[in-house]
Amino acid sequence: MSSAQIEIQLIASLVAIACAIPGVFLVLRKMALISDAISHSILPGLVIGFFITHDLNSPLLILMGALSGILTVVLVEYIQKTKLVKEDTAIGLVFPALFSIGVLLIAKNANDVHLDVDAVLLGELAFAPFDRLLINGIDIGPKSLWIIGTILLITLGLLVAFFKELKVSTFDAGLSTALGFSPVVIHYGLMSVASITTVGAFDAVGAILVVALMIAPAATAYLLTNDLKKMLVFSVFFGMFSAISGYWMAHYLDASISGSMITVLGFVFFLVYLFAPNRGLFSVLYRNKQQQKEVQLLTFLLHLNNHTEKKERHLNHLNEHINWHKIKAKAVVDLAEKNNMIVIENQIISLTQKGKTFTEKAIDYIITNDDSEIESMKKDFFLFRG
Amino acid sequence: MDLQEYFKLVFSDYTLRTITIGTAILGAICGMLGSFAVLRKQSLLGDAISHASLPGIAIVFLITGTKDTNVLLFGALISGLLGAFWIRGIVKNTHLKTDTALGLILSVFFGFGMLLLTFIQKMPNANQSGLDKFLFGQAATLLIEDVWFMAIVTTVCLAVLLLFWKEFKLLLFDADYAKTLGFNIKFIDALITSFIVLAIVLGLQTVGVVLMSAMLLAPAAAARQWTNSLSTMVILAAVFGSLAGVIGTGISASQSNLSTGPVIVLVAAVFVVFSFVFSPSRGLLFRQIRFLKNRRDLKLHKTLSFMFDLVRTHEDKSHPHAVKILNNFQGYTRGTLKKLEEKEYIKIHGRMWSMTEKGYQFAGNLYNQNIENE
Repeated sequence: MSSAQIEIQLIASLVAIACAIPGVFLVLRKMALISDAISHSILPGLVIGFFITHDLNSPLLILMGALSGILTVVLVEYIQKTKLVKEDTAIGLVFPALFSIGVLLIAKNANDVHLDVDAVLLGELAFAPFDRLLINGIDIGPKSLWIIGTILLITLGLLVAFFKELKVSTFDAGLSTALGFSPVVIHYGLMSVASITTVGAFDAVGAILVVALMIAPAATAYLLTNDLKKMLVFSVFFGMFSAISGYWMAHYLDASISGSMITVLGFVFFLVYLFAPNRGLFSVLYRNKQQQKEVQLLTFLLHLNNHTEKKERHLNHLNEHINWHKIKAKAVVDLAEKNNMIVIENQIISLTQKGKTFTEKAIDYIITNDDSEIESMKKDFFLFRG
Repeated sequence: MDLQEYFKLVFSDYTLRTITIGTAILGAICGMLGSFAVLRKQSLLGDAISHASLPGIAIVFLITGTKDTNVLLFGALISGLLGAFWIRGIVKNTHLKTDTALGLILSVFFGFGMLLLTFIQKMPNANQSGLDKFLFGQAATLLIEDVWFMAIVTTVCLAVLLLFWKEFKLLLFDADYAKTLGFNIKFIDALITSFIVLAIVLGLQTVGVVLMSAMLLAPAAAARQWTNSLSTMVILAAVFGSLAGVIGTGISASQSNLSTGPVIVLVAAVFVVFSFVFSPSRGLLFRQIRFLKNRRDLKLHKTLSFMFDLVRTHEDKSHPHAVKILNNFQGYTRGTLKKLEEKEYIKIHGRMWSMTEKGYQFAGNLYNQNIENE
């Protein structure tokens, strides 16, 4: 590995970590799309900053970009407050307008300038190591490494200092107000961090990748855990993993690094989406099926409990009475038999003592309709689940 | 070229005419379908879908090597639909919220699309130069065939919209009721989502992936301010959309260096701001005026009620009192007194005032109402 390669991976990993941290809170606060809005609408701020300084490396650019990011948040919230349109429409109206202004400003005034719209959207990580930071003529590393490193340090510092406040205001804004830390301050603090991170990261990886790096690791982590600290750790891990493996994928495909980082992120999310324990698609579908079968079992047992006459309890009768297919009926009867809830004699089904107790409890449950009850009931009675 | 010249050219110049008609049609269909997106709280779905359509374009190009716009857009349609339905799947099957799902699909699909685009660009035999235009759109590449295609799709959309009008409306405002009536909600839902995807894909060539969502939202959001009826809103949104298209094209053609997409979006944004401020029933301006008027009325009533309390203690209702008495009371000004006199609730003689019979009645009722309310 050459030093440039190491530097690129380092920058990519730092960007991924710096994005993942505010991303977790954005996802938890249901404000994921604000990051999309911010990433687009920093453009006019950058362009105006550039017109003032005529220097692409000026820190004023980052400041202006972050300011226009915060302006977006303020505008969106103002429109939401007027109640003229629904919440998400406000986001959808503000950022394309600001982005258009940025595009037009570039097109109109900066033809010969190095500020390219494509570059803003996509970035080019491969060039990042060539832009060195020189202090007194001594090369101390790529500039974006220093920028994103500083931002990451600030973010980490704020996270550690205000972790408790962030946690409370994210999950219970009312409690947070009552305890005396204003959710509004925390909200705008978070938005400022998100804006600054976006601006700091975009010139290495582009505006769209910033969105992906904020949302995708957090969303993936959220499918795996409910614990805030674990979620932070997981998202940081996913971010770094995608940064490094994305770099190598781009290396072999000879394609955009940022694009392949997102692709890895998307792939990881897809795998977790399918296979996550408890929350993944397969486990959700499996659980739904299990519950469906158990409800059917309950219906079946209630039917038996209601009828003493033999005709109603005949095995063949089930098909017509509860309107089940043969296979379905057989599966349910098998399940009931396995759990010792019924006995079958001469094609006639009758409830066992255990079956009777279960049914009575089930009726109780149906009357009180207490959700926690049914699970403990199932635990008590089921040897085999559906 | 100034605007006047532009309007002359619209009728004579082939390219300009094509672009103008194209953007007008695009604006109309986006406005129409955007109304549904806005009302269903799916505003940002458009943004997600337009970004999600990018990998489709790249994959179709990789497989077929064609530069035929319609074939590429077909790929965009497939991948846009895929994105839309995956978003639905995420929201339905996991505890992730809509905003996360949208942002995720948007950025992941777009990133994958960019990976493919850069991959294509570095291919040795790449005649790829046409693909970039889908990012920001190039209205200038519109051909008359494309416009015809758009017109046909719009007509089909319109026909389906009219055919399923009742169902769409019901689904929008009361999905549960629609279900109990036996309508196939899933089908109608899928139909409307597919049409939104279709409208977005149509706009990609003109406005581009990044700004397409505004094309969908802005006319609808503007139209929403002027009416409470769905049919009026759809028609208004279509009109706003086409106007934004035509005006935007005009401005961008009359100035050098202005790309059409962003200008159209900005024109649409101006419509939105105008509607937000000046709409008579919902607009901010009239809301503020109503607010001030209510406050004035309240002050007036307060003064009158204070006077009433005073007058009540006298046998002769029209017994004159000094204006000075009112000094104890904060709410009165010379203006309010004049207003009250205009309404013939009181009479003013120099420095004295007396209550009229009408004023006494009115204030009495006001007072009763207050008690009732308490």
